[in-house]
Amino acid sequence: MKTLNEMKLSFPSKSQNEAFARAAVSAFIAPLDPTVGELSDLKTAVSEAVTNCVVHGYRRQGGEITINGKITEDRRVILKIRDKGVGIEDIKQAMEPLFTTAPDEERAGLGFAVMQSFCDKVRVSSKPGKGTSVTLEKRISHVR
Amino acid sequence: MRTTYENGVLTAFLDGEIDHDAAAKIRTRVDATAQSLKPRVLCLDFGGVGFMDSSGVGLVMGRYRAMKLMGGSLRVVNVPERLYRIFAMSGIEGLGVLR
Repeated sequence: MKTLNEMKLSFPSKSQNEAFARAAVSAFIAPLDPTVGELSDLKTAVSEAVTNCVVHGYRRQGGEITINGKITEDRRVILKIRDKGVGIEDIKQAMEPLFTTAPDEERAGLGFAVMQSFCDKVRVSSKPGKGTSVTLEKRISHVR
Repeated sequence: MRTTYENGVLTAFLDGEIDHDAAAKIRTRVDATAQSLKPRVLCLDFGGVGFMDSSGVGLVMGRYRAMKLMGGSLRVVNVPERLYRIFAMSGIEGLGVLR
């Protein structure tokens, strides 16, 4: 499938950049004229993924978060969100709703559940000690 | 964030975007106010919230526990329809705090 547009974003792992990442992704997909719901879904999923990098990947120690974005001819938005943090030992367990390793930070354990519910596809690959990458995919509807 | 206190009810009017960053700030302010006023009921009003990720759920669950420890209760009101989906996923409805 032909790629219509691409972007690369890189920023330090700080919680104020969660809002920056959402705003940047919103601007990137704006030419597809998404519905309010579609935009909100993607923003929410991105927010969850970036928060995971900040809270879990880097455990608040800081590091670099990158987002590679792509828009395909068939109106699919593909976002790969990556950190080089601690990685995930057990991806299956991490993706279970309500599972969290940060209850004292009041994390609800819903990050991956929200990503899965708000996107068409979610792929996670991780290596302990090397980092995690989460790929979100969502097709933006054509007709209003 | 505006707060009001009336008849033992502390209401916090949340607004803007609630993510992990904003939730931490809200939590600090609400908890400090609740600690000093010791309200019977803490009411979180979501009417002005335009965006929320699962950090909002963590915020509600945390305040639910904090109010229980203080011998009070929590109420969550005016949740915009588009935010309901995340609350529904969390099972928070089972706590009986949503109005």
